[in-house]
Amino acid sequence: MSSTDDTFQPASFAFTAESLAKAKATIAKYPAGRQKSAVMPLLDIAQRQEGWVSMAAMNVVAEMLDMAPIRVYEVATFYTMFNLKPVGKYHLQVCTNLPCMLRGSEEIVAACKTELGVGLGETTADGLFTLSEVECLGACVNAPVIWIGDDYYEDLDLQSTKTIIQALKRGETPKAGSQTGRQGSAPAGGPTTLTTVGGDA
Amino acid sequence: MLRDQDRIFTNLYGLHDWRLKGAQARGDWSGTKDILAKGREWIIEEVKTSGLRGRGGAGFPTGLKWSFMPKEIGSRPHYLVVNADEGEPGTCKDRDIMRYDPHKLVEGCLLAGFAMGAHAAYIYIRGEFIREAENLQVAIDEATAAGLIGKNACGSGWDFDVFLHRGGGAYVCGEETALIQSLEGKKGQPRLKPPFPAGVGLYGAPTTVNNVESIAVAPTILRRGGAWFAGLGRPKNSGTKVFCISGHVERPCNVEEEMGIPLKELIEKHAGGVRGGWNNLLAVIPGGSSVPVLTKDICDTVLMDFDSLRDVRSGLGTAAVIVMDKSTDIVAGIARLAKFYKHESCGQCTPCREGTGWMWRIMERLVTGNASIEEIDMLEEVTRQVEGHTICALGDAAAWPIQGLIRSFRPELERRINEARAKARAA
Repeated sequence: MSSTDDTFQPASFAFTAESLAKAKATIAKYPAGRQKSAVMPLLDIAQRQEGWVSMAAMNVVAEMLDMAPIRVYEVATFYTMFNLKPVGKYHLQVCTNLPCMLRGSEEIVAACKTELGVGLGETTADGLFTLSEVECLGACVNAPVIWIGDDYYEDLDLQSTKTIIQALKRGETPKAGSQTGRQGSAPAGGPTTLTTVGGDA
Repeated sequence: MLRDQDRIFTNLYGLHDWRLKGAQARGDWSGTKDILAKGREWIIEEVKTSGLRGRGGAGFPTGLKWSFMPKEIGSRPHYLVVNADEGEPGTCKDRDIMRYDPHKLVEGCLLAGFAMGAHAAYIYIRGEFIREAENLQVAIDEATAAGLIGKNACGSGWDFDVFLHRGGGAYVCGEETALIQSLEGKKGQPRLKPPFPAGVGLYGAPTTVNNVESIAVAPTILRRGGAWFAGLGRPKNSGTKVFCISGHVERPCNVEEEMGIPLKELIEKHAGGVRGGWNNLLAVIPGGSSVPVLTKDICDTVLMDFDSLRDVRSGLGTAAVIVMDKSTDIVAGIARLAKFYKHESCGQCTPCREGTGWMWRIMERLVTGNASIEEIDMLEEVTRQVEGHTICALGDAAAWPIQGLIRSFRPELERRINEARAKARAA
């Protein structure tokens, strides 16, 4: 919003019926008179609908929650997850914090740049991909990690990163989680614990 | 080594069914009504007996924290808030609890909430954990449908609801007062304490904020007895803990182990050892990005618990073990953490807002040696100006890794500066 160029801002915003139902269910989670608590969830619902959060959307949220618009702008600009301008259909957010860095995240960033032909913070000309650097995603024992859409892609290397991007380019949904096929955060090759209990149900 | 029978998170890796049926088969939600029947005081005393210390980093005794809530419920309702804003670099334990053992957390919310007189819990989960939030919501819905929570939870006569609230990607919201502000629909900026949340918390009402792991271990402690938990680990550092081992190890992993396990044993037994062997170890950050780095000679013998790590001027933090072998550019590594803290400073306190920027810029120059020797001391001085001069601990957390670097790797910093100067002179 620091930019004076606001030509990309739509004139209006409206929640779809589905989004509106979600928004109302969310507001009901909080005590009466505390509807402001729903500001982040509502901004998220708006972003899921449009791909980003416009000024018009913020104003609608402000009105729904009986908040001064400035309070909503404050929240939207404080939290990094809200995109304040349009992003690509696929937003690749590469973690480069220390645990990922130790496992080669610099190479992963380089691979993304090469494969997409854009730099960090940029969107491809076809509007399909945005590449970003992100702070710790909290999946450090499965580093390096890229967050795309609702999923983490973990245990990456150069090849698997390229494979994922190429699959996205073809319109496919690559399998999320560990790209080396290990189970969750268990050590590669199988757990060293929990071998005698756990019990299937 | 901890026996499997004493492990709490029996589905840590998601090898089994995480839903209600699977959770019940593993012992969750068994006898919950009987535990509630023993009363608030009994639950709090049992948690005190267990010696459980908060698993979010600070290590404050959990039972004692619960006892700070008002005994009588006044005009304002009581709230339990669960801190699931996991984001301390190196840490990824709560993620596994929420996606693979979510019923332990939901049951823990009921027991802890009841013990502090709360009828509602809000779980504040970091926004990026979308799949984890989905699983947790399924667990909440299952528990509600089964009458385990909601009206007359478990047939106890106590009404209790659990609500999930997703965050928006701000590390500082892991600080409890920032988390409360955020939950109220504001910017996540910490506020001064006192008043403490137990007096004035969410919506101005008595509130206790606990880490996911602290709450999720409570049901097992209450079923097996505080004495069982206290019998594991070392005095004042009791129980089990989920450790996250990342970085330069052969097989990075999460593992639940006994508190006080030697660091070397932890790494070698579960993570396949340091890449290239133990002698290839350069340093370890033992408790997430905020705690000072340890050199190999300390790593050889140090035990993994609150007091042992405090004694070597570091900390257990979240028990996130970041391992760095000799190929690591340790200065660049700490500079990356400095960049992180600069990015995450909420901007409210001048020493942190400005100081994190100063520290990061000097660190970046130290990476290439583009500095003078005196600037090492200047940097140290800047960290002292930030530490202890801010509302919340983010300033401290930004200062400590750099202080640790200067304390343990000063010769490396000087070597780079001298080398860069020699190069400049030659040119």
